[in-house]
Amino acid sequence: MAEIIRRSKPLSVSPLKSSQPLGASLAILGLNRAIPLLHGAQGCTAFAKVFLVRHFREPIPLQTSALDPISSIMGADDSLFAGLRTVCEKHHPAAVGLLTTGLTEAQGTDIHRVVRNFRERCPEFQAVRIVPVNTPDFSGCLETGFAAAVTAMIAEWVPSAPSDPSDASHHGTSAPSSQRGESGGGGQPRQINVLCGASLTPGDLEALRELIERFGLHPVLIPDLSDSLDGHLDAEDYHPLTTGGTLPAAFMTLGDAAATLVIGAALDRAADLLQQRTGVPTYRFPHLFGLEATDRLVMTLAGIAGQAVPASVARQRAQLQDAMLDTHFLLGRARIAIAADPDLLHGFSQLLAEMGAEIVAAVTSVTTPALAQLPLKQVHVGDLDDLETLAREREAELIIGSSHALDTANRLEVPLLRAGYPLHDQFGGYQRAWIGYRGARQALFDLANALLGHAEHAVAPYYSFYSRKADARPEVRHGATPTFADSGRWH
Amino acid sequence: MKTSDLAALRDEPACSHNLQAKTGCARPTPGAAAGGCAFDGAQISLLPIADVAHIVHGPIACAGDSWDNRGTQSSGPALFKLGMTTDLNEQDVIMGRSEKRLFYGIKQAIDRYAPAAVFVYSTCVTALIGDDLEATCKAAAERWGIPVIPIDAAGFYGSKNFGNRIAGEAMIKYVVGGSEPEPPPVDPARPELKVHDINLIGEYNIAGELWNTLPLFDELGLRVLCSMSGDARFREIQTMHRAEANMVVCSRAMLNVARKLQERFGTPWFEGSFYGVSDVSAALRQFAALLNDPDLTQRTEALIAREEANTHAALAPWRERLRGKRVLLYTGGVKSWSIVAALQELGMTVVASGTKKSTEEDKARIRELMGEDAQLIEDGNPRGLLEMARAHHADLLVAGGRNLYTALKARLPFVDVNQEREHGYAGYRGMITLAQELTRTLESPIWDAVRRPAPWLPHGVTEPAHG
Repeated sequence: MAEIIRRSKPLSVSPLKSSQPLGASLAILGLNRAIPLLHGAQGCTAFAKVFLVRHFREPIPLQTSALDPISSIMGADDSLFAGLRTVCEKHHPAAVGLLTTGLTEAQGTDIHRVVRNFRERCPEFQAVRIVPVNTPDFSGCLETGFAAAVTAMIAEWVPSAPSDPSDASHHGTSAPSSQRGESGGGGQPRQINVLCGASLTPGDLEALRELIERFGLHPVLIPDLSDSLDGHLDAEDYHPLTTGGTLPAAFMTLGDAAATLVIGAALDRAADLLQQRTGVPTYRFPHLFGLEATDRLVMTLAGIAGQAVPASVARQRAQLQDAMLDTHFLLGRARIAIAADPDLLHGFSQLLAEMGAEIVAAVTSVTTPALAQLPLKQVHVGDLDDLETLAREREAELIIGSSHALDTANRLEVPLLRAGYPLHDQFGGYQRAWIGYRGARQALFDLANALLGHAEHAVAPYYSFYSRKADARPEVRHGATPTFADSGRWH
Repeated sequence: MKTSDLAALRDEPACSHNLQAKTGCARPTPGAAAGGCAFDGAQISLLPIADVAHIVHGPIACAGDSWDNRGTQSSGPALFKLGMTTDLNEQDVIMGRSEKRLFYGIKQAIDRYAPAAVFVYSTCVTALIGDDLEATCKAAAERWGIPVIPIDAAGFYGSKNFGNRIAGEAMIKYVVGGSEPEPPPVDPARPELKVHDINLIGEYNIAGELWNTLPLFDELGLRVLCSMSGDARFREIQTMHRAEANMVVCSRAMLNVARKLQERFGTPWFEGSFYGVSDVSAALRQFAALLNDPDLTQRTEALIAREEANTHAALAPWRERLRGKRVLLYTGGVKSWSIVAALQELGMTVVASGTKKSTEEDKARIRELMGEDAQLIEDGNPRGLLEMARAHHADLLVAGGRNLYTALKARLPFVDVNQEREHGYAGYRGMITLAQELTRTLESPIWDAVRRPAPWLPHGVTEPAHG
């Protein structure tokens, strides 16, 4: 049980937290031919856009209702309506995520009513799926905003299960096309729904899809950033919308799947809702970091598929075990400080706990019910300034955090392992896989390598007063004649 | 801010957009808007002041999503790089605790970081709930004895440019005139030299490019009292009123600063640019002319002659490689003419130029440079830009970071000339850097590779993209 220590400072300095609307935008970007529309002033969108563009090094579709002084004071429904219509007219999206911001939440906007009006007055855009999500930035963080958008997608688009399970008239027979060329193979019993939390990178999702497919199962990832933001070059040169991601039609098929996997405690509400709508058995994983969590996933998949674990997966497990042996000399009792949103923090805590590392500082962005379950003594809800203070006090040897933590790590003179959002000072952070046996193995290697260059284990040189070496170079104070009493201070 | 104050700020007599419409700045279109908000603009304008604690008063998005994302450089303090925000939560907003949080937040910043001053930026939420920013800042300044400056630029007040202007206004209102400059140090090698004081307004020291021009001013005996705001210190802003001449370097939106300095202190000013050999020289000449010092004029001409000769010699091999290459330029319009001239100096052909934010004089200047048939781009939406690049057989796009991935996805070479760029292009030296960067991308072997269809595709499948 972790003790949760809440924020006590008036200012947040070097914030760890990013906003809910940004997180919700990210989730919408995992839908095919989609665009998020932020209901607020232009800056909310501009900042989120720059943030995501720099992280993914991709063009990011994102629009704004562009509030001005008049609409901010007199009511902004018209701006939102106009924004929706413009986006639909110009780009003909398959899906629009309608996300509120601090400004419009403080106004008390009712986006659901605006959507109803829009439906009545603009029937020509009936085909456009709209998902309204309340994401004020004065509560939550990137991870909770992402989860709120996933919950809203389910609420809007997943039909309630018919009372007679054989009545499947509401869905088509074609397989969801996010299955990348695999045909449905004649039935939904091989389909696995996967609710993917914000802690999963596009690289994680590729690894997860591959693992599930090894068991002959067909994953439907919701949302699917690995199909939209994996960093690939398309044949066409310009798209105002996402170029991949979960098809809106896939939401109609979720009720026919054999199982739902849920990755991330932040998605608990979304998972509850999906289970309630579909009745599909649900398997929840707070994260997929390390041996134990991956074992559980693999056993779950083997159970669902009714088949043995493939030899290649067993091999990867054996490779991870070997890596654990090799790196435990460095990682055992290594002093690590982590700053991350709750689910990612949970994953790293577990991975490091399995190696016997000490997490001397753990800072997260918001309080969540799941935090207490983390395998840690303490979790601070705070900022990177808190991380720096704790890490310095407790002599951390390595920091895990986003690119924002680079200055912190530099001031502490310890290495930084980059994870989370944003990663703007390196290439390819988004494609890195952390999960599964393979991801864990690489993470252990990288952690150990980072420490290899930094941690000092050898005894510091002692310069003997009596048995002096002519070529030894102790730093003697200028002009002082060394005495025996000084020898201990020479280094 | 009161509606009347906002309206007064929109009315900027020195801005030629004022002549065409009721107000100088256009309203954005919901669903088809690009660019930042007024808060964004204010923060960009002032954040480079390095020894100030910059506190964003609002919920997390304004600072949390935006801090640590600019290339502005400091030669000293790194305080400005710390993102500070009151990070308001729901209770603060509903229960009206935000002013109290701000008040003690200012104390936290002062106690911990001993800043030269604290700047507090309002945001949409704190403006909407009616926090009295000015009163809180005043109370905090009195209580802790350090200047606390309110920057009332909530996002919804207007565009990014408008935020630049609000920021400039706040400096004039609260900071400029607050302190007197020290007498300039005497150069032992030139003890008789008459030193003149100048300001650079709208120079943000992106990628350190101020340091390309500062040595030139030093050599001429021009002391830059303040660069607003690249590598600036609070005290330097306080002394801006003592300059003998001002140059508005980049942002048209900061014209109000130059105009007010002239109104109040009689300081003459001009608009110029440090991009391109001829514009750098022109800026130096302008200073000499405004300062009305024959000795300075003579030394300026000597420096220009020497620097131009050196630069042209250094550029010669690059010019060879760039000659005749066709450029599509889209900078959103600010100082397009200057970049056009710079590219032409390199022997390149500018096939079209963006003019979205340009004034009529700017456009006239571009036509003068590019000829009467010059293609001017008013609305630079990504698809339109790519179509124009294709129609004009452009070899590369020179634009702002927003269009970087537009170009790359279309397999079109690209050079970034806006604020997110990683290279300093200002000054004579910057011109050489620009030539190198243009050559690096144009001559890269990857263009052929990324345009080549997969070998297993049937013959005759057309190349998908530009080329």
